[in-house]
Amino acid sequence: MNVHASDGYTTADGRQIGPVVMDLKNITLRFGGVEAIKNISFDIRQGEIRAIIGPNGAGKSSMLNVISGFYVPQEGEVWFKGYRRGPMKPYEVARLGIARTFQNIALFDGMSVLDNIMTGRLNRMKSGFLSQAIWWGAAEREEIENRAQVEKIIDFLEIQNIRKTPVGRLPYGLKKRVELARALAAEPQLLLLDEPMAGMNVEEKEDMSRFILDVNDEFGTTIALIEHDMGVVMDLSDRVVVMDYGRKIGDGTPDEVRSNQEVIDAYLGVAHD
Amino acid sequence: MIDQLIFSAEVFLNGLMTGVMYALVALGFVLIYKASGVFNYAQGVMALFAALTLVGIQQGQVPFVHLINAIFGTHVENFGWNVPSVLAIILTAGVMVLLAILIEKLVLQHLVGQEPIILFMATIGLAYFLEGFGDVMWGADIKTLDVGLPQGISDTVEAVTAEWVGYGFFIDRLDIWASIIAAILVAALVAFSQYTKQGRAMRAVADDHQAALSVGISLRFIWVMVWSIAGFVALVAGIMWGTKSGVQFSLSLIALKALPVLMLGGFTSIPGAIVGGLIIGVGEKLFEFWIGPLVGGATENWFAYVLALLFLVFRPQGLFGERIIERV
Amino acid sequence: MLYREAGDFKTGYRADGQTFPIRLDRWGYYILLAVAVLVVPFLINDYWANAVFVPFLIYAIAALGLNILTGYAGQVSLGTGGFMAVGAYAVYKLMTAFPDISIVIHILLAGGITAIVGMLFGLPSLRIKGFYLAVATLAAQFFLVWLFNKVPWFYNYSASGQITAPTRTVLGHAVTGPATSAPAKYLICLAFVLVLAWVARNLTRGTSGRKWMAIRDMDIAAEIIGVNPLTAKLSAFAASSFFVGIAGALLFSVYLGAAEVGEAFGINKSFLVLFMIIIGGLGSIFGSFAGAAFMVLLPVLLKNLLVGQLGWPTDLAAHIELMIVGALIVLFLIVEPHGLARLWALTKEKLRLWPFPH
Repeated sequence: MNVHASDGYTTADGRQIGPVVMDLKNITLRFGGVEAIKNISFDIRQGEIRAIIGPNGAGKSSMLNVISGFYVPQEGEVWFKGYRRGPMKPYEVARLGIARTFQNIALFDGMSVLDNIMTGRLNRMKSGFLSQAIWWGAAEREEIENRAQVEKIIDFLEIQNIRKTPVGRLPYGLKKRVELARALAAEPQLLLLDEPMAGMNVEEKEDMSRFILDVNDEFGTTIALIEHDMGVVMDLSDRVVVMDYGRKIGDGTPDEVRSNQEVIDAYLGVAHD
Repeated sequence: MIDQLIFSAEVFLNGLMTGVMYALVALGFVLIYKASGVFNYAQGVMALFAALTLVGIQQGQVPFVHLINAIFGTHVENFGWNVPSVLAIILTAGVMVLLAILIEKLVLQHLVGQEPIILFMATIGLAYFLEGFGDVMWGADIKTLDVGLPQGISDTVEAVTAEWVGYGFFIDRLDIWASIIAAILVAALVAFSQYTKQGRAMRAVADDHQAALSVGISLRFIWVMVWSIAGFVALVAGIMWGTKSGVQFSLSLIALKALPVLMLGGFTSIPGAIVGGLIIGVGEKLFEFWIGPLVGGATENWFAYVLALLFLVFRPQGLFGERIIERV
Repeated sequence: MLYREAGDFKTGYRADGQTFPIRLDRWGYYILLAVAVLVVPFLINDYWANAVFVPFLIYAIAALGLNILTGYAGQVSLGTGGFMAVGAYAVYKLMTAFPDISIVIHILLAGGITAIVGMLFGLPSLRIKGFYLAVATLAAQFFLVWLFNKVPWFYNYSASGQITAPTRTVLGHAVTGPATSAPAKYLICLAFVLVLAWVARNLTRGTSGRKWMAIRDMDIAAEIIGVNPLTAKLSAFAASSFFVGIAGALLFSVYLGAAEVGEAFGINKSFLVLFMIIIGGLGSIFGSFAGAAFMVLLPVLLKNLLVGQLGWPTDLAAHIELMIVGALIVLFLIVEPHGLARLWALTKEKLRLWPFPH
């Protein structure tokens, strides 16, 4: 297995990993005088599960925010599917096929589970205002078509019984799952997961891990995730980026990263000079 | 040309004085907003209510006289005594404290942790209630308020300016006194919040409710205290405006004028409230003086809002507000 | 056990997405509709039309409009009175300039003009949020009222500064002007209400509604999943103002007949409509109707009780009304922030189990 080849490789479990889909080159992000991300480069390949790990405050979430277009880096280039991405609004990035979940769940609490997941498909619904106003033609047709798609995702994530429940009433673990459903509903080419298992018990973590693997396997979705649970990260991901104090200190397969001295130091807390 | 400039200067000065009055009302808003996160729309009605109560006590009116007469068919008018101004002011301040306690007990306590916009709408309801309550309690007729503040055109200013620029400026003595009292009030409030234990507790609550609770500060006490102070500020504003233009419903509308002041100055800044008040006061008077005649006058009705609106589009956090960094 | 949904199965997404998924609700709605269209017009007299039905219908449209903006899209507006004034003055100018064209078209156009003005004043919502925006909409309220007061062109240079609705007919019956009969006033308003309520329901259950609610519940997340805040917010302002403009046009032309802008469309009107949606229920079509009914009926009832029965002076009754309205607003926000609509829903949930407690 040669994970550094330019046109993809095959994993140990036989999945085909394609060429680079997201390429980040020399990204630097500042807030006032603070450098949250210092000159980081890495890439994400078609079909792989890529993890970003690091201690608290390492800049992982900021990195994810750069990818999803919420923060615009002061320096560096973001290449997606072979094109350089200029400064874009977050909703424009979403339309390119990048969906995400959030560290602190960001669901729409006043809406039902079904409506929340339907928002994931907003970019695919094109009916005009007038058609919506009279609920005739395009509006009704695409509502039913997209509802069918959403029902598939509801089945896939096993949340049929809570479809019409307002999201605000759900327990934490289910909310995380609904958020994943909303991101999946967009049929993204790149799925970003910000700590998908934070605050979950073992059983919920197992469920979530299974869903992530299934998504990757069945839909071939490229996934980039941040996670603190090392066991989960090492089991799930094909390649891992390690960040510390805004710098990249390691990049490679789980095994390579595990044996990297700098990574061990960062996690065991060797004094910085 | 030189005449125009001198007139403008006079308009400018009068605008400054009006601005001080706006700032005084805005100050009440800022205090409550900082300590409890409540945007208190009822501040203006509190000023009206305070002024009504003050006049009522001064003139020995029987509270709820209309209601009593309507229910029992009596013809009670008033107690037939007059209360001295100072005593009446103290009694009114007491009523405002009582009001603060009631508001905390009946309204705020039940809305802890609600979204700011819900609290805002609750204070609109409070404003309606208080307006009706004040009218039922003291009657809705226009009343004159006189607590012995000097009024009329200041001869000194007129004489001095006549000598220096050859044209006597007309400035109301009441406005001058209002400015002085407002300045003292602001200084006292700043000193209170910086140098006393309660003041520190108040700032702690403003910063973080949870953290303040965890170090043993009583949230309820702070809220009652802040609403009492705001009630006192409303009383002062009520006295000034009431003396100037009579105690009547329109007095509560100055609260609406304080809103753009706050938008300019930022909701959390005491200096912001003052500077914002001055900018609005001067701005609307000058605009009315220069542009008003060209478009039919009465531009004061909307100038402040449109100015604040345009300003906010370019600087959403106001002049002195803290910059908002959005996170996910 | 009378009210239940058991056995009421859906076999398609179309059936599952309908407005009244429970069969009994559907029947109740049809009966209500039949009474409103077939019975009320024959019984209505001037008192009932002017005191209750016509203002209720018109304010229901305004409340629907504000609910789209505030209840669904989460943008609080205190400029409703000003936008109603735009509708009123637009319909007045259109009626007097093009007397041969149907009043129905004029009213719709007035709504369209208000939608454009609403979008204009909605632009700042892209930068400012929450009560900053609420205060910013006051700019619309005060500026618009001032504009219609100061520019004589808007009131056709009439000496009194008032606008007066000339007589216009629909299908041969006068619907505006002094000769309008009570059933005609009622029916024209009812027609607009039925169509607009249906449109509001359609807009809020589909793509636009979801965008609005996403912006309301969490605007940053909404933007990241692909909602363009510019179009979402402006479309909410446009749709809302369209409704509010039509309400203003009807209020002036059908109900009042003559209006002076400061009196008919002042800041109190903004608060009145806001109170309707708070009491009725934010983000609910049914709530818009319930709130409008409540706020229209309350003064009528109080006046009948206090002035009619107890013989109290009218000004005292008016002050007590202020107190009651204010206290009710606070009470609703404390006890049931979702208003009458939620209370109704809770009652129905209880009814499903009735007469068994569990």
